[in-house]
Amino acid sequence: MTKSISISTGSDPGQSARVRTEFPSVSGSFSGARTGLFSARAYGAILTVAAVLALLPALNLILPEAHALYVPDYTVSLLGKFLCFALAALALDLVWGYAGILSLGHGLFFALGGYAHGMYLMRASTPTPQALPEFMVFLSWKEIPWFWSFTEYAPYAWLLALVAPGLLAFVFGYFAFRSRITGVYFSIITQALTFAAMLLFFRNETGFGGNNGFTGFKTILGFDITSAQTRAGLYWVSLMALLGCLLLARAITQSKLGRVLTAIRDAESRMRFLGYEPLGFKLFVWTVSAMMCGLAGALYVTQVGIINPSEMSPENSIEMVVWVATGGRGTLVGPIIGAGTVNALKTWFTSAFPEYWLYALGLLFVLVTVLLPQGIVGLARKLLQRKQERLA
Amino acid sequence: MRTDLPVETGEYALGSGDTPGYGRMAPAEVDLSHGVILYLEDVTVEFDGFRALNRLSLDIGVGELRCIIGPNGAGKTTMMDVITGKTRPGAGRVYFGQNYDLTGMSEASIAHAGIGRKFQRPTVFEHHTVFENLELALKTDKSVWPTLFARLTGSERERIEKTVELLRLQPQMHQLAGLLSHGQKQWLEIGMLLMQEPRLLLLDEPVAGMTDAETERTAELFLALKGQHSLMVVEHDMDFVGAIAGDGKVTVLCEGSVLAEGSMQAVQNDPKVIEVYLGR
Amino acid sequence: MQNLARGWLTILFLISGLFSGALSAQAPEAVPGDQDWPVKVSRLATDLASSDTTTRLGAIEALGLSREVRALEVLQALAQSTLYVSASGDMVIETEPDQFLDVTTGQPVTSTSAPGSELRKVRMNNRLRSAVQSALASSELLGGSAARRLAAALGLQGEADPARLPILQQALESETRAEIRDAIEIAIASASLRSDDLATRLMAIEKLGESGSGQFISVLTDLLASDAQGNPVESVEVREAAQDALDRIRSWQQLQSWVGNLFYGVSLGSVLLLAALGLAITFGLMGVINMAHGELLMIGAYSTYLVQSVFKLWFPQAMDWYVLAALPVAFVIAGSVGMVLERTVIRWLYGRPLETLLATWGVSLILMQGVRTLFGAQNVEVSNPSWMSGGVQVMGSLVLSYNRIAIVVFAFLVVMLVWVILQHTRLGLFVRAITQNRTMAGCVGVPTGRIDMLAFGLGSGIAGLAGVALSQLGNVGPDLGRAYIVDSFMVVVLGGVGQLAGTVVAAIGLGTLNKFIEPFTGAVIAKIAILMFIILFVQKRPQGLFAPKGRSA
Repeated sequence: MTKSISISTGSDPGQSARVRTEFPSVSGSFSGARTGLFSARAYGAILTVAAVLALLPALNLILPEAHALYVPDYTVSLLGKFLCFALAALALDLVWGYAGILSLGHGLFFALGGYAHGMYLMRASTPTPQALPEFMVFLSWKEIPWFWSFTEYAPYAWLLALVAPGLLAFVFGYFAFRSRITGVYFSIITQALTFAAMLLFFRNETGFGGNNGFTGFKTILGFDITSAQTRAGLYWVSLMALLGCLLLARAITQSKLGRVLTAIRDAESRMRFLGYEPLGFKLFVWTVSAMMCGLAGALYVTQVGIINPSEMSPENSIEMVVWVATGGRGTLVGPIIGAGTVNALKTWFTSAFPEYWLYALGLLFVLVTVLLPQGIVGLARKLLQRKQERLA
Repeated sequence: MRTDLPVETGEYALGSGDTPGYGRMAPAEVDLSHGVILYLEDVTVEFDGFRALNRLSLDIGVGELRCIIGPNGAGKTTMMDVITGKTRPGAGRVYFGQNYDLTGMSEASIAHAGIGRKFQRPTVFEHHTVFENLELALKTDKSVWPTLFARLTGSERERIEKTVELLRLQPQMHQLAGLLSHGQKQWLEIGMLLMQEPRLLLLDEPVAGMTDAETERTAELFLALKGQHSLMVVEHDMDFVGAIAGDGKVTVLCEGSVLAEGSMQAVQNDPKVIEVYLGR
Repeated sequence: MQNLARGWLTILFLISGLFSGALSAQAPEAVPGDQDWPVKVSRLATDLASSDTTTRLGAIEALGLSREVRALEVLQALAQSTLYVSASGDMVIETEPDQFLDVTTGQPVTSTSAPGSELRKVRMNNRLRSAVQSALASSELLGGSAARRLAAALGLQGEADPARLPILQQALESETRAEIRDAIEIAIASASLRSDDLATRLMAIEKLGESGSGQFISVLTDLLASDAQGNPVESVEVREAAQDALDRIRSWQQLQSWVGNLFYGVSLGSVLLLAALGLAITFGLMGVINMAHGELLMIGAYSTYLVQSVFKLWFPQAMDWYVLAALPVAFVIAGSVGMVLERTVIRWLYGRPLETLLATWGVSLILMQGVRTLFGAQNVEVSNPSWMSGGVQVMGSLVLSYNRIAIVVFAFLVVMLVWVILQHTRLGLFVRAITQNRTMAGCVGVPTGRIDMLAFGLGSGIAGLAGVALSQLGNVGPDLGRAYIVDSFMVVVLGGVGQLAGTVVAAIGLGTLNKFIEPFTGAVIAKIAILMFIILFVQKRPQGLFAPKGRSA
């Protein structure tokens, strides 16, 4: 049996600690000197970008259409969508880049968050909170099913958007990590999980709108969901969520737990002999990641106005992986950049050369994995390093 | 594929008594009242018909430095696997002190209980710095929540730095461990072992690939540790074994069981051992 | 002299007797016709032309009881509304538009022999129409071909009409074929269910039970019914007999359904096996996760389509055999694609399974889009050759289709082929060596690069063969691969990595399990249940069903 499959069945732990070139070094994660999460320069860069992004909806709201700097409605909602994708990519990077767990089913957590929030939005779009959403009327259902209870209250739906993916991740992760399933086996199982969920949600009987899903939202918290102000508000909320989660992720990865995680990633059985039980650590970051992804999905559904089971397709989840890989895994900022880049590319392709988008995406997968394993951020770092060496 | 046993026996108290315990959990201290720290009885391990360990029995006293020698395939590494929980014996008993039955514990809990292992090939964390490697090994509460909020105290930092000094790796302290030489990695791993503050150290060919100077230093280190800690050293380098064995016992393993046991001299003159391993 | 003559006459007599006996035995279909057919026709025509429904009904029933072959034609014409009659006794059938056949003479009608009075179509209503159908049945029962007689008997089973008894008895007397006799006996039983004689009834009920046919369940259940006061309608003996018969039928049905599920399960399992076998080689033996495996299946299926098109254009007379030609073509094409894939993408990623997974996913997207560009996004038509169409009837209503049987056999052959290659050829030896210790194999002179390529090509080629099989079972479209990729991985994961036996057991097992769950939960839930089962199983036993043993696993 080739030793590249890392099920830990009696393999010498020395072997699994080969230098894994595909992950960036985390040197400086503990340098002792720095107490903040980011360096001053990094903070500066992040805040600048955030400020520019935050400005865009303002330009949309304040300026008249004819103005040169006017930002169209379409752009605002598109970028809002991208922000949600970036958050999902960030969540995936936490488990993949830092813990070495490649999930091919993170789209499931994303979709669950979207569905949870969508339940509230469906209730909010009916004339009274007790009325049945349209698709239930269509199916001749007489009353709201039990798992829809309380979804007329937005805070409950928000909680559900975090708890549902988190709980599923926790249970699934517990059993999977406990039996020490790692590597590709785990990835394939996550793919099967999201596929099964997709099949389940396609059925009308499951109670989530069948293959149509949820759509036709009208209001959120009393505001008209399609108005420009609401759109801007949702955009800013998404931006805040992204920044907040970035700080959270950074805090986790900079802490000792982050170092333990990367050590587990590099040589899991060695960590056992040091006294660390990998189960708890993996489960922790896996659950946090799932919840982050759920949050992203919840924000996504408000800006896109629709959620259906195809969000749970294995294809979607694998596309998330290419965002992270393109940006550079294990860097937190990289996946955000990657998500933005790939999705921008997708938007451009599907409007300009729709038949060629899949070629481009496929090619991107191949090129990034073969030629650019460190992603865009890795490339940038290498170039910077070379420049510094030349100057020195 | 072993099933994982989540059991941590009892409460967990940190340190060898001088530092207060971290965290809420505290394991029971090893009961060394009978003077035996490791006890193997009739341990048998079979791999698909092949007997790696065949009714192996041996015991190690508290503070002892025991050398284990023997030809390849004798079962030395398998024995260590059994002790550290990586392999479950088909039969036999393995006890750490009087109160820890190692056959029922997970690897992490065995490490927690106070057994540290150094592997044949250096298994340091290549993507972490020397400092971080030692920090990871540091004896502390290694469960999830405390690790998340852990902050290095001054005394802990000092200990790490002292160990770095001992290992003579100060210039590389904040360099990636993957960039160290083979010998340096071996030493780093020994350093990590020390950071764990184990009661019993299991060392699998610790000087393989080291220069003579490094080998000598290693021998010094082990001799310094003896007494305070108990050590089990598996080695092929007879000079090294001679240097550290002193008057202590040497055990010869062959085909999964003990062939001979005694002082270095006695073993070297034992005709069975000569035939099987040492040669004429 | 007289003795000699007598002798010769006797011999002649015997010979002619034998001869005519032989002739009549050879032609069991010969049915004596009615001597006074023309007279009958005249009367029938008049009756059919009448305005009274009962009269017309009588005419139709008489036609049904007639043994004349042409009566059958008349009834068929009635059914198709091509029969014209006149009140004066003429009857013609419209064979082609404006071309008529005189029923009495059996000759086409010419302008000179045009009938006298006006011809009209026979007025039909629903009652008459159903009477025509049952008359057709009884007519066919007596005078049709063997296949027709059987069909007629089966049809009459459902009718349970005591009025049919005479004709059924009559048919039974002259019927020689066992199969049809049995069917007639069941029809008689069905018709005798309500007879006055208890013994007859009991025998009838027993016979119905023996038939095992589900169509009698409701009528037998009726016998167990109670009236408004809750008192059973029938006597104890009848009810007991009916219950026995019902139990017999039900257990027979159960057996059928069990066997059917087993067959379909094995069939599905063989499909899964074919799809997963190539993957088992590349993943199991080489540690390469090939997410483009599904697309290799698709390429095999499209190769079949191409071969079919070529045959249609240039060898239409050999259409039946295009599938066999497609096998090597698909193998070569898919194998080549696989080898190219290995050389260009995968060889850079050995030892990095997660990266291989992603890169091959990208390749799968490219391949799918490529096929869409070349062949369009719609499904393409691949038809079964004639020897694969249809099926064999095994038990009662259970029909096992030939294409599925062929695929089971095919899957078995392919597994044997792979086994032989791996165990008994040098290529197989090298592949196994590389699997166990790549470096060492390289050191002893195994050309690892080339063997990698060939092994990958082998796995891909088998995927191509699987694609040929899939093209015979279902639709062929660009997303054919997607439908099978998750299942293929599940089979390999469940079966144990690197174990051929495991793949076989896992595939057949999963297929059978799926089919046995389906009747209870429906197809979707069954699939979800299977996925859940595998996820849980792998957690309990990550190395799969057949684990590689030993230390260096």
